[in-house]
Amino acid sequence: MSEAHSTPLQHHFTSLEQQKDAATLGMWAFLVQEVLFFGGMFTAYTVYRNQHYSVFEACSHHLDWKLGAFNTAVLIGSSLTMALAVHAAALGKGRAAALWLAATIGLGSIFLGVKVVEYHEKWEHQLIPGLRWGPAEEVGPALHLSGADVDRAQLYFSLYFGMTGLHALHMIIGIPILAWLAWRAWAGHFTTEYSTPVEMTGLYWHFVDIVWIFLFPLLYLIGHH
Amino acid sequence: MSAASETRQLPREHYLNAEYGWRSWLFTIDHKRIAILYLASITVAFFIGGAYATAIRLELVTPPGDLVLSESYNKLFTMHGIYMIFFFLIPSIPATLGNFLIPLMIGAKDLAFPRINLLSWYLYVIGLLFVLYSTAHGGLDTGWTFYTPYSTQFSHTAVNSAAVGIFIAGFSSILTGLNFIVTIHKMRAPGLTWFRLPLFVWAHYATSIIQILGTPVVAVTILLVALERIFHFGFFDPNRGGDPILFQHLFWFYSHPAVYIMILPSMGVVSELVTCFSRKKVFGYNFIAASSLAIAVIGFLVWGHHMFITGQSVYAGMVFSALSFLVAIPSAIKVFNWTATLYRGSVSWQTPMLYAFGFIGLFTIGGLTGLFLATLGMDVHVTDTYFVVAHFHYIMVGGAIMGYLGGLHYWWPKITGRLYQEWWARVSAVLIFAGFNLTFLPQFVLGYLGMPRRYHYYPDEFQVLNVMSSAGASILAIGYVLPMIYLAWSMRYGAIASSNPFDATGLEWRTPSPPPTHNFPGTPVVEEEVYDYASPRKEALLV
Amino acid sequence: MWSGFPLFPEEASTLAAKVDMLYLFLVGVTLLFSLGIAAVLIAFAIKYRRRSEADRPAEIHGSLLLELAWSVVPFFIVVAMFVWGATLFFSMNRPPDNAIDIQVVGKRWMWKLQHMTGQREINELHVPAGRPVRLTLTSEDVIHSFFVPAFRMKKDAVPGRYNVAWFEATRPGRYHLFCAEYCGTQHSRMIGWIVVMEPADFQTWLQGGPAPTSPVEAGQKLFSELNCATCHRPDSQGRGPVLDGVAGSTVRLANGETVTADEGYLRESILVPAAKVTDGYQPIMPTYQGQVSEEAVLQLIAYIQSLKGPGGAAGAGSK
Repeated sequence: MSEAHSTPLQHHFTSLEQQKDAATLGMWAFLVQEVLFFGGMFTAYTVYRNQHYSVFEACSHHLDWKLGAFNTAVLIGSSLTMALAVHAAALGKGRAAALWLAATIGLGSIFLGVKVVEYHEKWEHQLIPGLRWGPAEEVGPALHLSGADVDRAQLYFSLYFGMTGLHALHMIIGIPILAWLAWRAWAGHFTTEYSTPVEMTGLYWHFVDIVWIFLFPLLYLIGHH
Repeated sequence: MSAASETRQLPREHYLNAEYGWRSWLFTIDHKRIAILYLASITVAFFIGGAYATAIRLELVTPPGDLVLSESYNKLFTMHGIYMIFFFLIPSIPATLGNFLIPLMIGAKDLAFPRINLLSWYLYVIGLLFVLYSTAHGGLDTGWTFYTPYSTQFSHTAVNSAAVGIFIAGFSSILTGLNFIVTIHKMRAPGLTWFRLPLFVWAHYATSIIQILGTPVVAVTILLVALERIFHFGFFDPNRGGDPILFQHLFWFYSHPAVYIMILPSMGVVSELVTCFSRKKVFGYNFIAASSLAIAVIGFLVWGHHMFITGQSVYAGMVFSALSFLVAIPSAIKVFNWTATLYRGSVSWQTPMLYAFGFIGLFTIGGLTGLFLATLGMDVHVTDTYFVVAHFHYIMVGGAIMGYLGGLHYWWPKITGRLYQEWWARVSAVLIFAGFNLTFLPQFVLGYLGMPRRYHYYPDEFQVLNVMSSAGASILAIGYVLPMIYLAWSMRYGAIASSNPFDATGLEWRTPSPPPTHNFPGTPVVEEEVYDYASPRKEALLV
Repeated sequence: MWSGFPLFPEEASTLAAKVDMLYLFLVGVTLLFSLGIAAVLIAFAIKYRRRSEADRPAEIHGSLLLELAWSVVPFFIVVAMFVWGATLFFSMNRPPDNAIDIQVVGKRWMWKLQHMTGQREINELHVPAGRPVRLTLTSEDVIHSFFVPAFRMKKDAVPGRYNVAWFEATRPGRYHLFCAEYCGTQHSRMIGWIVVMEPADFQTWLQGGPAPTSPVEAGQKLFSELNCATCHRPDSQGRGPVLDGVAGSTVRLANGETVTADEGYLRESILVPAAKVTDGYQPIMPTYQGQVSEEAVLQLIAYIQSLKGPGGAAGAGSK
């Protein structure tokens, strides 16, 4: 973004409008790609949940749905602060945008902090496939499973860590970008004509939230609690 | 032409001499320079992959495995596939010709996201380095298809680094596709409506859709294989409730459309060549454009035809078989329209057109033999045999590489500002066509006779056909080395090209050869219809 | 000369000739179109060769009629291919009822085969001519594929599931058996022979050698060694369901669903009992995963299939 400091219009576009249109379409195409990227995991999840429903149900009960619900609320809150940041930036209110972005970073960090607590709990209970998976006689009773179902539980937890890990990775990538935008907003780089980066990052952040809104019920709320 | 070219001068300033030094290349955001970076790197991958192919054909001259050990042979065909598919064929036309030409063809100064374009190249190189690292550690032996549970639980070779490399290179492909889609939508010059776009651009638009929708799925699938190997997750382990066939579904959901990533751009090139060297508007423009999109869409619904004998239900097999046949229709439409374009044209037999002829012939055979594999009762016998090997080489080598070389020759004067030597170019085109057929035609027969693919040892009765195939491969190898030499030679010694040496239509021919850094003096305005060969050619835009 | 340079593999099964007919049809279509297009292409390229640099041919826009013709005609041709191929595929997937059963287990890098009369073979399978043979295939490790070119028959052996294939050999002889799915280092050495014999010779072959144990007997022995009968009693007083007649019947599960007790279900119930528990029973059966080999599972299934219901026929076992 070397030219961005002098003039936000890059050399190969004819107008700011064209530049913004291109960025928007690019971001949506990127998000379509993301849907497919997560889609592979969701497909595996769907297939295995159907094949081993009772195992998935038992494992799901081991997750703390209250923490999951809390995190869902936190992320929805962060989507709200993100939307407010986009709004403020579009009005050229740089400092307000910076503060809303900071709030978004704060909520995102809380989410990740809760995730660390949850992962730590899995570590304690030796429920991390491959890395730290307890012997069947310990894991089995903890999950109320027996026999080969204990092995099948690894499938659930592999998917759990795969899907939530990939989601968390998206947030970890998003937070530094938010911080950089907050700095630029504070420094007054965004005007009523040009706030595209905030808007695009907003789309990304909402997408990451929506992924979680799918993950929460699919992973935490299988069967009756 | 020669008398004129002796007095002709290269433009004083163009994209190649605008800046000098390695930094001006490694940090460039000019789509034309990035195309050159890609051209150099995919050529490396092509010759590495070709070296593996040479070793394979040498080994198969005799029935027993007497040249290398079975462990090594299995690595040879795996590495051949990985280098050729992920690091040559998939980026071949889009990342080089597409990168260079799409902004020129639509009258733009660059792609929509020049930095992301450069990032794509770096991702490609990082991916390639991972695979080279894997190669240095002995390579891997899973086959380029990575079938589980062999790849996840049984192979003790350098799978992880290669998987990571393919994962990273996948994002290079995704970002290229994303850049093209946005560029084609948002950066077209005034007057350049969708139906005035060259068919090369349409083909790349269809390709980009596949890159965006398909590649992420294979990326995550390869990631799951790597996770399963590193952390022993049980995604595809039948002993822990995993399903090895699920891997095949996820893999082919991308990897079948990936074939269209390789062939569609080549079809786009051939559409340009046929119309230019017949000096006549392409026959059925709308149908060729629409058939590219149809191939991209239907191509996503046929992946199950790779699994007819895995125990997939008979009814699923029927659905996938029927959909696979449907893909044949848009492909047939293209072939018929190209042929009809020649009718009452003014057909020139220059090198690019020879490649286009070769493409049409070989692609037709490749496509028709694909029908054997879509036919349920036939597929059972020929799947996993040399019939399949022959079929997909007819598509990917006979089709995709013929188109790539045809396009490379056609736009070479535009890219370098110099002309190659026509005589040598025609010789190599003929050698490639003859060598290719001698290599792969016998493999159809071998496959029907029952020789399974990926066989190191084979029964004696298959030797004659294997020797024919290896003999053809040696001709093919010469055919591929020749362009390397004369094209490189022409960069320094070739005659200077005019801005439009083939008397073609299209915006890329109205800017100097080689073009200036920002392509056009201002924003060109398009007033004429596409492929308006009947009218006098428009003069060059002045810089 | 053609003996050293054949174009077709031997035809040695009832389906081989049918596959070859379809092949000839497809080859015919391929030749017709590829030679036809090549001929037209070459003819146009010569006839309309550029005579002068000043040539400016007139524009031809295209023709809807032609476009329709060359879309619709190929469409009908591929419909014919589809119907023909699908019909053949159905018969390939429908083993006749009077077939001899053979159990096939792929293991890197050999084929382990067992007849229902007990004979075990490795990398060689003896079968009679003129009798359908039904194969039940699975694998102990990676995916393999059982390929007999002379029979035009191929089926994957997938770990964790049972696939079924069949053939009826027509001519006595020795035919190649290949592994067609890449399975690692010795993939190309995972080969063998199918020996087709006259029915009388086959009977002699069966009687040769020491008296073998049939899979049913072996399964019965395993059944008692593993103390299965403690719970699976024939009198419906056990803690597990009665197994007489269960094979092939419809079983109602604890979650209300019903399944057909085919080989795949029986296998799962032995290895992963908790997955699909019969209605009215507790999930108390221990798993036998890792404790019995793939061949032993096949033998247990053969034994369970041999247990007829009270009425003599299968189908009465559902509760």
